[in-house]
Amino acid sequence: MKKLNVSVYRYNPDVDNAPYMKDYTIEVEKDRDMMVLDLLLLLKEQDPTLAFRRSCREGVCGSDGLNMNGKNGLACITPLSALKGGDKKIVIRPLPGMPVIRDLIVDLSQFFAQYEKIKPYLINDDKTPPARERLQSIEDRAKLDGLYECILCACCSSSCPSFWWNPDKFIGPAGLLNAYRFLIDSRDTATEERLSELDDAFSVFRCHGIMNCVNVCPKGLNPTKAIGNIKSMLLSRAI
Amino acid sequence: MVSSASTFGRTGSHDFILLRATAIIMALYTIFMVSFFVSADAVTHASLTNLFAHLGMKIFTMLALTAILIHGWIGIFQVLTDYVKKAGLRAFLQFVVCVALIVYWLVGLLVVWPVEGV
Repeated sequence: MKKLNVSVYRYNPDVDNAPYMKDYTIEVEKDRDMMVLDLLLLLKEQDPTLAFRRSCREGVCGSDGLNMNGKNGLACITPLSALKGGDKKIVIRPLPGMPVIRDLIVDLSQFFAQYEKIKPYLINDDKTPPARERLQSIEDRAKLDGLYECILCACCSSSCPSFWWNPDKFIGPAGLLNAYRFLIDSRDTATEERLSELDDAFSVFRCHGIMNCVNVCPKGLNPTKAIGNIKSMLLSRAI
Repeated sequence: MVSSASTFGRTGSHDFILLRATAIIMALYTIFMVSFFVSADAVTHASLTNLFAHLGMKIFTMLALTAILIHGWIGIFQVLTDYVKKAGLRAFLQFVVCVALIVYWLVGLLVVWPVEGV
């Protein structure tokens, strides 16, 4: 057996005046790796007051986005061996820049308000809808790869300083990745309206391309590239 | 769409284009001035006066000052909207910086335009 030193962000607004870091020591089997979520579940056995979100435990639902040793990711698919400096100490905090509800649980209202703004659904004004389905060519369908896979875990947006400073105005990498998913969809007819909604000083152009979002996306997606494509669409429309 | 009255461009893409276009002008002016100082045998009052007496140089200088005005206006808007959360303080700081940029432009015009060669 080996001992792991874990430090966890704790805050219960009903009891605590301010947030604090609580240190735990936990014994795990030597030479055995585990996911951060497994560690949190062991900690919860030790301290049942610890609160965190989790659901599918396989990187699909996006519930357990956390900041682990300084990097955002999904606890359920992040092995302890992948944490930088994890052999010395494991530091677990909630997603940065988001209001904390309790312990590792953050309020994602602002994040989803931005997602709602981009109208994340297909808009098609064809007068006669097809009898069965709207078909796409293989090439048009391929354009959606790398976009539709987003699970809205908020790891990207909460690692973006532009989203930290202006969460009410800047759509954020997750919302913009999804905005591009509909802008590039051959079946969507609202491209012009969608672009008009985005052409202000904040919604898209507050992204300065620092690529923190790409660095943390647990699904390996590239929001910066999608945002660059939206900028190109806006500029070719403006010039 | 987020409305913002205090930036320079009409839209986000307008701001984006203005920032890059003005950056090109400022870079060209900087390269020109550095080349002048490096290549001149001796930089004297007379050589500078003769340089700025040329109509092309006056226009290039005013163009560079206009670029600084526009670039600075959009740039300070972006920085202040990121880091200053109180609307009143942000408006005051932007007012001060933008007035300073306009003053630079006017002083530049008054200093550069009357220059005659020796």
